[in-house]
Amino acid sequence: MKPRLVVAQRVTEAVAARARAGFEAVLSEGEGMDAAALLGVVTTHRADALLFGSSTPLARETVARLPAHLRIAASIGVGFDHIDVAAARTHRLAVSNTPDVLDECVADFTLLLILAACRRAHEYEAIMRAGWRQKFLLDDLLGLRVSGRTLGILGMGRIGRAVAARARGFGMPILYHNRNRLPPEREQGAGWCASLGELAERCDILAVHAPGGPGTEKIVDRAVLARMKPGSVLVNVARGSLVDEQALLEALGSGHLFAAGLDVFQGEPAFDLRFAALPNVFLAPHMGSATRETRDAMGMRALDNIDAVLAGREAPDALWRP
Amino acid sequence: MSGDRPVLFVTRRLPAAVEARAARDYAARLNPADRKLAAAEILAGAEGAAAILCCPADRLDAALIAALPASLRVIATFSVGTDHIDLAAAAARGLAVCNTPDVLSVATAEIAMLLLLAAARRAGEGERLVRAGRWSGWAPTQLVGRGVSGRRLGILGMGRIGRELAAMARGFGMEIHYRNRSRLPAALAAGAIFHEDEDTFLAASEFLSLNAPGGAGTRQWLNAARIARLPRGAVVVNTGRGTSVEDAALAAALASGHLAAAGLDVYDGEPVVFPGYLGLENVVLLPHLGSATAETRDAMGFRALDGIDAVLAGRPPEFAVA
Repeated sequence: MKPRLVVAQRVTEAVAARARAGFEAVLSEGEGMDAAALLGVVTTHRADALLFGSSTPLARETVARLPAHLRIAASIGVGFDHIDVAAARTHRLAVSNTPDVLDECVADFTLLLILAACRRAHEYEAIMRAGWRQKFLLDDLLGLRVSGRTLGILGMGRIGRAVAARARGFGMPILYHNRNRLPPEREQGAGWCASLGELAERCDILAVHAPGGPGTEKIVDRAVLARMKPGSVLVNVARGSLVDEQALLEALGSGHLFAAGLDVFQGEPAFDLRFAALPNVFLAPHMGSATRETRDAMGMRALDNIDAVLAGREAPDALWRP
Repeated sequence: MSGDRPVLFVTRRLPAAVEARAARDYAARLNPADRKLAAAEILAGAEGAAAILCCPADRLDAALIAALPASLRVIATFSVGTDHIDLAAAAARGLAVCNTPDVLSVATAEIAMLLLLAAARRAGEGERLVRAGRWSGWAPTQLVGRGVSGRRLGILGMGRIGRELAAMARGFGMEIHYRNRSRLPAALAAGAIFHEDEDTFLAASEFLSLNAPGGAGTRQWLNAARIARLPRGAVVVNTGRGTSVEDAALAAALASGHLAAAGLDVYDGEPVVFPGYLGLENVVLLPHLGSATAETRDAMGFRALDGIDAVLAGRPPEFAVA
């Protein structure tokens, strides 16, 4: 008899096919489920496993009410600030994420946002879609050259290091801030800053790659933005919660920051529409990992975690371990 | 005071750093209002001058050059192109003419990399969706693009810009293929794979970047037949010359899905753009601002001043066209 699976949101075709082949599966075509809908379908389907994502939050009270036949909740994505991991541990529910498989793709997108913000891609594209037909003088609409500028990376994990590798191709000196200094073979010449404030002061472009959650709420706050050099650039592909958006709007509006590239926001998808009124931002709808290859790999990795737990092994990407 | 220093006539307003250096080293006559000067005004400004720093909008034809004062020794232009200067007339008078090649390479390669990433990752579509306030939620299947890391990049024209682009793309783990009049020495190729044969080059190019010069040899080079030989789902980027592309064929391949996406900075007949592009979501369009960074514009001015410095010091200028 096949194990029983609930898929709480739409997944790619290849992932859906594997879910149907290996499980008695109920697949949602929606974007995610609230707690009531989730508890309902997991219970009525007598699910052994749950495949879900950040649009289906597993808060403490939701975890407490999940039926005991559910053995694993495997999340698609690397961030897990939508999961109360401590509650999962208390209730002995295995939970997992999908690290590694999206690093390259998110790093590519980070460089895209850096280039787009520095080289004014939104303004340039808007000119074209309006039909162009105007000549520019030599000092019209000048952007910032990316090559040779100092890149500051907040959070030098796998994605941060993949960003550094790409930035080196542009001859960019790299600085980073991390709780702990990395060993030299992982620094690859990048300079460590003991504080985020020091990093903000010394870099020209700040890329944010920290995890979300209460511990990092608004770590890029008004004071950090104020310490950034006049004319510098902020890029965020990690979590909207990391940045004080009111302070960022002011810094972009005043010209203290030259530009920003944003893939993530507080309250997605109902983000602060004041960003859409600014010319000096490049906006993206949380698509850092949005390639066919990566979205397939993320779903497959989540299913690998489910297979392991249902076979009596530990999830390879378990978020808590005994 | 200025009696000791040679007179330099600058025809148009230039970046502040360039004007500052001009004023430091020469008795500089500037045009702070940036008014376009008539021939008589250029002649008046050049009276007693040893050097002129001009721009592409100035017309230095044979009659004007013949009327320039005997004190004049060098004309430097703030541009790569010299179509606006009658080089034969300058040579006949023994005037040196200098231009500013090469300094645009990095900024233009950045625009090629930006277009490559933005086209592959559907950033134009994402930007428009978010900015219009139409973002409804996150789904694993939304705006799924093409991965860049580890893919093959074919570069047509492996000059300075092509090689700068190759260096950037290597940071993304891309495998570089190229076509060029001749095979590069190993030190310049840096591992890039030369194709003697056009068919193997096109077949290898999952991403194709056009960095070839204009002229009869590349006129409408990317036509329907060559597009058909690119792998299905390929991405095309053009930062070279608009005339290298047969617009109707490229637009048709983008609409049919044979090509996944394209990114364009140059156009045949610009600033008018082939209307077939404007309705397409899978093309990223920029208004020929490949060199539009403050650093690049400064560097162009400094290179022009380097040429003037050399001629007036009796040395051969590094970048002379006459």
